[in-house]
Amino acid sequence: MRNHLAPEQEDESVNETIQYVTIFISGQLFGLPINRVHDVFVPESVTRVPLSQVEIAGVLNLRGRIVTAIDMRKRLGLEPLKQQGNMMAIGIEFKEESYGLIIDSVGEVLDLNESSREAVPSNLDHRWADVAAGVHRLEKELMVILDVDRVLGDMVTTSVAA
Amino acid sequence: MDDLLREFIEETNESLDVVDVELVKFEQEPNNAQILDNIFRLVHTIKGTCGFLGLPRLESLAHAAETLMGKFRDGAPVTGESVSVILMSLDRIKEIVSELEANESEPIGSDEDLIDQLDRLSGIGKYAGQGTSVMDLAGEDDASEPVAEVAEEAPVAQKPVEEATHEVYQVLERELKAGEVSLDELERAFREAEGPEGFDVAQSAKEAAEAAIADAAAQKRMGKTPVTKAPAKAPVAKAKKEEPKAEKEPKSGGGAHQSIRVNVETLEHLMTMVSELVLTRNQLLEIVRRHEDSEFKVPLQRLSNVTVELQEGVMKTRMQPIGNAWQKLPRIVRDLANDLHKEIDLIMIGQDTELDRQVLELIKDPLTHMVRNSADHGLENGEERVAMGKPAKGSIILSAYHEGGHIIIDIKDDGRGIDTEKVKAKILKNELATEAELEKMSEQQINKFIFAAGFSTAEKITNVSGRGVGMDVVRNNIELIGGSVDLKSVPGKGSTFSIKIPLTLAIVSTLLVEASGDRFAIPQLSVVELVRVQNNSEHKIERIKDTPVLRLRNKLLPLIHLSNLLGIDKNEDHDISLDDNGFIVVMQVGAQNFGVVVDAVFHTEEIVVKPMATMLRHLSMFSGNTILGDGSVIMILDPNGVAQAFGSHVGTDVEAGKEEAEKQALPEEKNTVSLLIFRAGSPEPKAVPLSLVTRLEEFEIEKIEFSNGRDMVQYRGSLMPLVQVNDFVQRRTEGSQPMLVFSDAGRSMGLVVDEIVDIVDEQLNIEVSSEVPGVLGTAVIKGKATEIIDVGHYLPQAFEDWFHRKEMSEEDLLVKKLLFVDDSSFFRNMLGPVLKAAGYEVTVCSSGAEALAVLERDPSYEIVVSDIEMPEMNGFELCEAIRRQPATRDIPIIALSSLCTPAAIERGRQAGFNDYVAKFDRPGLIASLKEQRIELGVAA
Repeated sequence: MRNHLAPEQEDESVNETIQYVTIFISGQLFGLPINRVHDVFVPESVTRVPLSQVEIAGVLNLRGRIVTAIDMRKRLGLEPLKQQGNMMAIGIEFKEESYGLIIDSVGEVLDLNESSREAVPSNLDHRWADVAAGVHRLEKELMVILDVDRVLGDMVTTSVAA
Repeated sequence: MDDLLREFIEETNESLDVVDVELVKFEQEPNNAQILDNIFRLVHTIKGTCGFLGLPRLESLAHAAETLMGKFRDGAPVTGESVSVILMSLDRIKEIVSELEANESEPIGSDEDLIDQLDRLSGIGKYAGQGTSVMDLAGEDDASEPVAEVAEEAPVAQKPVEEATHEVYQVLERELKAGEVSLDELERAFREAEGPEGFDVAQSAKEAAEAAIADAAAQKRMGKTPVTKAPAKAPVAKAKKEEPKAEKEPKSGGGAHQSIRVNVETLEHLMTMVSELVLTRNQLLEIVRRHEDSEFKVPLQRLSNVTVELQEGVMKTRMQPIGNAWQKLPRIVRDLANDLHKEIDLIMIGQDTELDRQVLELIKDPLTHMVRNSADHGLENGEERVAMGKPAKGSIILSAYHEGGHIIIDIKDDGRGIDTEKVKAKILKNELATEAELEKMSEQQINKFIFAAGFSTAEKITNVSGRGVGMDVVRNNIELIGGSVDLKSVPGKGSTFSIKIPLTLAIVSTLLVEASGDRFAIPQLSVVELVRVQNNSEHKIERIKDTPVLRLRNKLLPLIHLSNLLGIDKNEDHDISLDDNGFIVVMQVGAQNFGVVVDAVFHTEEIVVKPMATMLRHLSMFSGNTILGDGSVIMILDPNGVAQAFGSHVGTDVEAGKEEAEKQALPEEKNTVSLLIFRAGSPEPKAVPLSLVTRLEEFEIEKIEFSNGRDMVQYRGSLMPLVQVNDFVQRRTEGSQPMLVFSDAGRSMGLVVDEIVDIVDEQLNIEVSSEVPGVLGTAVIKGKATEIIDVGHYLPQAFEDWFHRKEMSEEDLLVKKLLFVDDSSFFRNMLGPVLKAAGYEVTVCSSGAEALAVLERDPSYEIVVSDIEMPEMNGFELCEAIRRQPATRDIPIIALSSLCTPAAIERGRQAGFNDYVAKFDRPGLIASLKEQRIELGVAA
């Protein structure tokens, strides 16, 4: 559904810009296409779900909807955040269900030209490579594009397999 | 699908259900004209609508049935046979209607068989001689004029019909069915017939055509013209019904409609919205509760009341009387009674009891099955009953009533009751329980086995029941909707099945509890009671081994802490806070009772179940989640999942225990080992890995014989040499002598000890290796320095060829990873500790394949010791395989074999073994290991 992110389409969309919501996870800058982001919220009173996959932080109530919270640090195989005080979450819709990606913090919204986008480096940790749709070369740092469908899709399939 | 057709199908289905019930009633009260009128009217309507929609097959069948019923109305005797045939015809109509629903057209087929029977019973058609003529019949009908007219034209219409049926062979390549007309025929009839004025062309054409056919049929019935083989006799009354229908329409339109049809989806949506409203209301109430003097209080109270009413109202729209689910039962029971030659009275009480339609749908099939069961298995036949002093007519009483938030449905029969002995025999036969277990069970408990999978007590498999899938499916279906089923049976008096189901699935009353700081909701339906436990109160948790149980009214209730069940222990301690004061939620799921220990119990709350996210749906422990009044999300426990986990948890505990014991036998790092502690010759404890010991025995002193210079006992048909751990072991002079028996390959040895002290699970860490023969070293076990006995030292004392022992060589303390492969568990267990004592971290594999897998995962092993003679993959093959892998190519491998011929050694060298050691030459092995390491060290 987001063909403009597929590498083979890169050339055609050289002049196209996409807006990304930038987020930080363990110091790394990530970007999410803004059209996939429904909310940015502070995850509060997350209810643990025993026996669930480790990446699932729990479930929470977001304005009357039950949202499944995904701990992105665990999803990416990172150490948990030391001070859990001011975490943020990105609200995502996936297959008509609501999910919240728990991250460290949210940055600004960037308009990025497709020309600065590159494919995922082949030597990237597979847990990252699996969920990355590309990398943007920014002036100061690199921004990894998060492929939301793969972040969640893989988890749904593994849960069914389990 | 055409709206008209859909409406017809819905209406017809409803009418048919009613007719079913009414007919059974009518059979019992043949003089009740009101019932008959009702039936007649319904069938008539079906028939009329069929004609209107052009469904000739249905129409002709309905017509024939109607004709027969018309005879009843005229005073013909109502026989069981005629009712059966009418019922069969109704079944056929249902079949056709369901086909119609699926394919939007009538299925191909003939109803000649039934029509023929119906005609015979009403004495018309070929049976006209026996009864009234078709003209008389037509005359009885109010709207008979068109028919009569058409009938007069009979000679004209006769020929076309004949032609039509011949033409049909060319056009349709099949015979015409009752009421079917070819196009040619239709056109001709159209031309010939004088249609009533005011009808549109098509309709008149159709009518005319049908009239023509009807006419031909009438002719045929009168026996005048045996026209063709095609059964064109049925639709006599075709034309007449259009008119009454047309007249009726405006009339009924004028009357006030008391009910409307609403799409189920609309109701579902309403229900969801109301659920949301309830949740929001709960949240608001919670907020206001925190602010004492809120101006919102009063309006919120009002909102709350309105919400409650709205909720009830919407719930009501979903409610249907349970009688709807029972509708088919009288018919089923009647047919059963006929089939089984029993007299059965079905009494239904509380048909008006309402429950959610979703639940109703789900309960229908289980109910039907249970009633069938009662009729088939429960009730005796007439003679048996009379012989037992009961009335010949058995009765099944079906009753429904509300109790709390549940509905209870009882199915009670006055039959023979459940034959517990038969059930027992079946349990044993199907190995559902052992005899010993059965001994301990009450009759009721045993009877409940009929709900077990694959259980059926019927000796004969009938088409009625006894297919062996019955009751467990019933139970599953009921449990699926959060219900339970119970059974009471008195031999000779009958049995009662009680089904308890929630009124609705959307809103559940739950008990909120806490475990390890998290809250969970338990559906109240399955909660029997709450027990508070305190160490000093009468209710306290006791333990059998590590299994916690509770004495509750002279019964033992198995317990589990919710935290353990959900794997959310805060601390490592296994049964946290089980000793502390806590609450036990006593739950019942089906026949299973168990206690779930929780840290705290809050209150009950009506909650709206929300489905879980796809990612969580595989968790069988939860049925859903919801938002509580305080806005937090809570997980709802699924009692059935808990019950299942409960059963399997206890089961896996045992399994895990076994596995662990096996694992523990392997002296791997960090693994605990089961050790047998004993005393021999000194007060200090000695230990030996329990897995090495075949059994513990005590032999009477008199049994010990002295022969060939040593002690022997006769053991299992052969002589077993006895060896003392040391010379200080007290040889008893009377009583019996304890000993440890070691066996391998059919040979046994008894190791004489003073006293067997204990079996403990400890990490085996030999801290000080020993130079005393027969002692591997010393380890701290249960806080005491304990000598670990080297069994290998004693075995050659019993059998010199077992292997002989040399001094343990001292090793440097560097831990090296060693992979040991041997298919014999005895050698694995024996050499494991030896190698460990020699300073290796040992991983043990029982096959070549396993070893390769381990090496693939972790190629960092520094040495491999492998047996040669192993099944599937022998040592040579294993060695070659290891050498093939680049990662493991350079690992030294030592062969260990009882086969030490020069040829074998050569073969080993070729395969790539670094050394070849005889299996019993343990010092040789240690020396070889040392050698390899030195070599490795040099190389590195």
